[in-house]
Amino acid sequence: MAEDKTPDKMTIIAFSGDLDKLWPTMILSSTGAAYGMDVTVFHTFWGLFPLVRDEVKITGDNAMTKMLSTMNPPGFQRAKLSKLNMGGAGKWMMRQLAGQHNVVPPEELFEMCLQMGVKIWPCQMTMDLLGIRADQMRPGLGEPAGAATALSEMSRSDIQLFI
Amino acid sequence: MADEVTKVVDAKGLSCPMPVLLARRAVDEVEAGNVIRIEATDAGSKSDIPSWTRDMGYEMLESETEGPIYTFTIRKK
Repeated sequence: MAEDKTPDKMTIIAFSGDLDKLWPTMILSSTGAAYGMDVTVFHTFWGLFPLVRDEVKITGDNAMTKMLSTMNPPGFQRAKLSKLNMGGAGKWMMRQLAGQHNVVPPEELFEMCLQMGVKIWPCQMTMDLLGIRADQMRPGLGEPAGAATALSEMSRSDIQLFI
Repeated sequence: MADEVTKVVDAKGLSCPMPVLLARRAVDEVEAGNVIRIEATDAGSKSDIPSWTRDMGYEMLESETEGPIYTFTIRKK
């Protein structure tokens, strides 16, 4: 529509590490990039865990943060469903269904996002809090940032989402 | 060479958001003024591809449905 301004910037706060929330985050980010939007995804709290490389099984720098990552294992592959996870059976079924319907899994959409220039920023404070080190995370991420950087991006965005 | 199709995108069998992502990749690979064709089976693409085309400022030359296959012919601007 000529009279409308096409949005040119989107910022998503990826708070959740749940599989069923990572999916829409990655779908909207990649689609935003397909629109030619400047897309930034700021990963914080539980949303930080999927950014850890799949081969890193446990993160944490003390007993508490190590225990936390044992109970909330990092990596896209180990992300649980927000409901009906049923000890992993629900997550397995969801991934099977997605495969049958040719729905691209979030870890692949994530890689496409990076290729399409989506900026993925980990939250520095949560990294420190949860004991997740930069060298444990996937390549291609932006520099860890803080709340002001995230807000600054959001204030300049036409679309802001908290997922 | 009015409507010669420069590139055909086969997104058949793929679900959202792949048809739009592949369409974007294709338009990045052609010059302005060129025509691309997108073939998809995802029912969501029936509204997704026209929305994206309009928002990008491209021209929808043809949009047709044949059985389960949606075909869109788009000119990049």
